[in-house]
Amino acid sequence: MTEPLLVAHDLCKHFGGLVAVDQVTLDLAPGAIHAVIGPNGAGKSTLVNLLSGEIAPSSGSILLGGDDIAGLPPERIAHRGIARTFQHANIFGAFTAFENARLAAQAHAPAAGGWLRPARARTDINGTAHAALAAAGLAARADVHASALSHGERRALDIAMALATAPSILLLDEPLAGMGPEESMHTVALLKRLAVDHAILLVEHDMDAVFALADRLTVMANGKIIASGTPAAIRANAEVQEVYLGADAQPAP
Amino acid sequence: MTRRGVLALLVAAALLALFPLTAERFYLQLVTKIMILSIFALSLDLLVGYAGLVSLGHAAYFGVAAYALALAAPTDDPANFWLTLPIALAASALTALVIGTLVVRTTGVYFIMVTLAFAQMVYFFFHDTRIAGGSDGIYVNARPNTFVPGFDLTNDTHFYYMVLALLVGVYALLARIIRSPFGRALQGIKVNERRMRALGFATRRYKLAAFVLAGTIAGLAGYLAAAKEGYVNPELLAWHQSGSALMMLILGGMGTLVGAIAGSFAYLLLQEWFSGLTKHWQLLMGAFIIGAVLLLPQGLASLPARLARRRSVDVVEDNDD
Amino acid sequence: MEWLIQILNSVQYGLLLFLVASGLSLIFGIMGVINLAHGSFYMIGAYLGFTLAQWTGSLWIALPLGIVLAAALGLLLEWTLISKLYRRDHLYQVLLTFGLILVFEELRSVLVGDDVHGVAIPSILAASLPLTDTLSYPVYRLFISAVCLALAGLMYVVLQTTRLGANIRACASNPEMAQSLGLDIRWIHALVFAAGVALAAFAGMIAAPVSSVFPGMGNQVLIICFVVVVIGGIGSLKGALVAALLIGFVDTFGKVLFPEFAGVAVYLLMAVVLLFRPSGLFGRT
Repeated sequence: MTEPLLVAHDLCKHFGGLVAVDQVTLDLAPGAIHAVIGPNGAGKSTLVNLLSGEIAPSSGSILLGGDDIAGLPPERIAHRGIARTFQHANIFGAFTAFENARLAAQAHAPAAGGWLRPARARTDINGTAHAALAAAGLAARADVHASALSHGERRALDIAMALATAPSILLLDEPLAGMGPEESMHTVALLKRLAVDHAILLVEHDMDAVFALADRLTVMANGKIIASGTPAAIRANAEVQEVYLGADAQPAP
Repeated sequence: MTRRGVLALLVAAALLALFPLTAERFYLQLVTKIMILSIFALSLDLLVGYAGLVSLGHAAYFGVAAYALALAAPTDDPANFWLTLPIALAASALTALVIGTLVVRTTGVYFIMVTLAFAQMVYFFFHDTRIAGGSDGIYVNARPNTFVPGFDLTNDTHFYYMVLALLVGVYALLARIIRSPFGRALQGIKVNERRMRALGFATRRYKLAAFVLAGTIAGLAGYLAAAKEGYVNPELLAWHQSGSALMMLILGGMGTLVGAIAGSFAYLLLQEWFSGLTKHWQLLMGAFIIGAVLLLPQGLASLPARLARRRSVDVVEDNDD
Repeated sequence: MEWLIQILNSVQYGLLLFLVASGLSLIFGIMGVINLAHGSFYMIGAYLGFTLAQWTGSLWIALPLGIVLAAALGLLLEWTLISKLYRRDHLYQVLLTFGLILVFEELRSVLVGDDVHGVAIPSILAASLPLTDTLSYPVYRLFISAVCLALAGLMYVVLQTTRLGANIRACASNPEMAQSLGLDIRWIHALVFAAGVALAAFAGMIAAPVSSVFPGMGNQVLIICFVVVVIGGIGSLKGALVAALLIGFVDTFGKVLFPEFAGVAVYLLMAVVLLFRPSGLFGRT
């Protein structure tokens, strides 16, 4: 196994009396997809927010290449090579898909805060944006207003924007939510391709996709990790079956 | 912008350029005043319409520059335009920088309230202290001298053309800025600041930059206002000024630069009309504002599109500038 | 001992400020509306108290009458205008209520004029409480403090212990849920708005004998209320109380110690709070 890129150690987060994340430890390695599953309210989204810097942990550390990034604001974490998508597609509806991707690319381009030259003159940024759209399968829809895209296309745009920031780590918060079977297939294929040169954390409810994609699985409930290991081991785990998989568990293919 | 839009803009500019040839002195001065306030409204438009920062204290930067001219100008002789304008702009920019650093830490309703509160602080500073004549204000006894041969700002027509040129210049500058990466980032921040931060934008810095830029342009308007009227008093900084500027934007339609100009013309002409009708014209103005908010949420700039929608079935709104 | 007088003044000013600011904070916290015209209600209360007292000859009759009229005005405004603002951008709320300020100011100008008026302290309360051999403190100011404190207590009791209060708080935290539980949001909003108006108007009425009745009083109190809410945290009555008292002290002692810069002191306080707690002392981030 390759060296982990990101290691979260004993992460905790409480909001007043409520413990949302309790002593969570996990790591992300390049070329692998680490899926996090669990019932609603298990703390999965809070975990993603902790790793992306939206909220600061109450205790614990997040090591990225040796540095502890816990508590850094999201914009600084984004510049360290971590990109995320959101549970409810957080895109800019009034801009076209291309303009959305370009905005993302701009965030990481050198001296892109230019005031006077038009944005479209930055060919480097434009190139990155087009490449990200293509990687997400949206090249044909580049000039469509984001608000006019289908649900699946918007989730893909969300991923494209994350890609445009040239990350080494992707935190994906339910990318398949609300997708039909065909769109899910496309997205699963996309994620498989992306896993080749990224470290991916995948929070998902779609069990078919999870078992098709995950190299490692972590199961959370009530903020704690109740099991972690290979998909086969997790599927066989009695506690997990009881707490989460239940009647939804698919028989091994 | 659509070709029709550009054409309309050129026609409007031409009309404004030709206006002094036919107008009487009163109307010349009125349109000059409106154009100065258009510059003020444009600066606020950058903040509100594009960056989504609803500032209720923008008049502070307008007033600071006006006072800077009044204080820097010699008592009886004309001030040096090339010296006093940079001083005034620097004063506004500095004020905006200091206040901006504090207020960009807030969002939403807090932002509205703190921008108002700090503007009031500046108002009280000029109103209560004797630094600049207190509530009586001070005079700028002569219009600044540009030392350009044949060009005399005390001549109302010359002053008019200078203001027009500056208005065109500010419009062009803002149009460029909006299309630049910086401008795009501001628009992104207005729509979804959370997403922008997740992408890696240090949004606070962008907001501060917009705040200072807007404050500086407001200062330009304030300088011109002081030069024109020859008199400066704390009411220039009053929040009625800030509120009126917001109203101009709403009237004209935010999110468009032209809307800021159209809105200021509409608002000020309306004000002229109302004050001619009655001493208590603010009553009419207040009622009008209430009506406009309830009935015309997208402002005047949306009227053509709205009327067009009545005629055709599908309309694609051109929202690019 | 002079300090005791300043302390009492600070507390009185702070409590009065709390009364007005609580309405502003409640209206925003529960209905999500930023109401610029809130200061105007304070001014309306003062002028109303003044005219009613002149008309009826007694401040004691004028007070309850004024409160009822103010609440009625609040209900009318909520029904016709404020209810249109609930789902709208703050910018539109600011503008509409800004328009209201202009309307109220001109109406006052037309109906009552622009003069400054003094209001006599009712004779029962006109005495001074002796503190030392040479110093005494006006009973009326103590009365103001007592009344404000009582109202603050009443607010607390209503909001925390009664069913109505629970319903109101439910609306603040989750309007959709409250509505689906069958609570009549419209009625609660109307009630809260009317209460806010009445509180501000009442504050104006009882403050009138002390601070007189003048045209700019509405705007003046509004800005300070904003500072109270920013420092205290929006939607938090506890925060509003703490902030109002804090401002009472800073302003009163500021005037005594640094008269030239007294006006600025309060804003400096706000600046300091913003540097460390941008959501206010008790605000929810």
